[in-house]
Amino acid sequence: MIQARVTVYPRREILDPQGKAIGDALSRLGFQGVVSVRAGKSFEIELDVAEVSGARRQLEDMCERLLANTVVEDYEIEILGEDGR
Amino acid sequence: MKVGVVVFPGSNCDHDVYHAFSHVLDCEAMFLWHGDETIHGCDLIVLPGGFAYGDYLRAGALAALSPVMAAVRRHAREGGLVLGICNGFQVLLEAGLLPGAMRRNQGLRFLCQDVYLRVERNDLPFTSRLKVGQVLRLPIAHAEGNYEDAPERLDALEERRQVVFRYCAPDGSICAFDEELNPNGAARAIAGITNEHGNVLGLMPHPERSVEALLGNSDGLALLAGTAASLLPLGEARA
Repeated sequence: MIQARVTVYPRREILDPQGKAIGDALSRLGFQGVVSVRAGKSFEIELDVAEVSGARRQLEDMCERLLANTVVEDYEIEILGEDGR
Repeated sequence: MKVGVVVFPGSNCDHDVYHAFSHVLDCEAMFLWHGDETIHGCDLIVLPGGFAYGDYLRAGALAALSPVMAAVRRHAREGGLVLGICNGFQVLLEAGLLPGAMRRNQGLRFLCQDVYLRVERNDLPFTSRLKVGQVLRLPIAHAEGNYEDAPERLDALEERRQVVFRYCAPDGSICAFDEELNPNGAARAIAGITNEHGNVLGLMPHPERSVEALLGNSDGLALLAGTAASLLPLGEARA
């Protein structure tokens, strides 16, 4: 079993209105020096596959085909751990 | 000529579209369930507004993968007409039947108001009863209508004349950075686009909500009537 986390967030070159509003709110709360915030989504995915390399390939495919809209979003894949069966 | 109105769980303009085609325009119309793998021989497929699959993940993302969409994709590939309105437009983008993507409206608000639209081309089956430069007033109701794509892809879209409707002023002038005229912040004030072949159209405003004097506005009628008429055999087109 492989645990992974996929993070999807708006592409850097694209204005993220939600992130900007959150950033403005943080500044209003008194947090100084907030330069930018990007608001995204995170998915924790458990995969019943043996090989990390195979899991990574599948996760990339999942991101390209569903989890991210690559027109406006980027993604990152982290392998969190592997459990013996 | 038969109109198929796709019903996803969460569609909420399906009956409005059905009413416009069936009762106002006197077309044969039927509902198509999202779980069906066929479009039952319909000639025009309409993806209505609403919140298909609750807008989970991204607006239109899960609906784009529903069984009926495989049949809609085939229909589009064979040159059949597909019209996506509001959430239906978002589904077409997620399904890859139209290019680009939607982001949250620039002001982060759900916008429910009338907008002005300029018609950019009338050589499509959908726009055969409209004039280039004509201004329509139609309602919008969406949170994600801020059309976006990479600048070079937007250039390509313009070069191929795929922009069909733009948000504009009542006199038809365009100002993409004016929040009153282009309230969702769409790139280049884009409100509706077609595919390269001109048989798939997506737009954010709701023509089906503006088809009768009773509704206070019938600016949407020519778009739906022209689309329906384009599918009638020659000689049968009603005046």
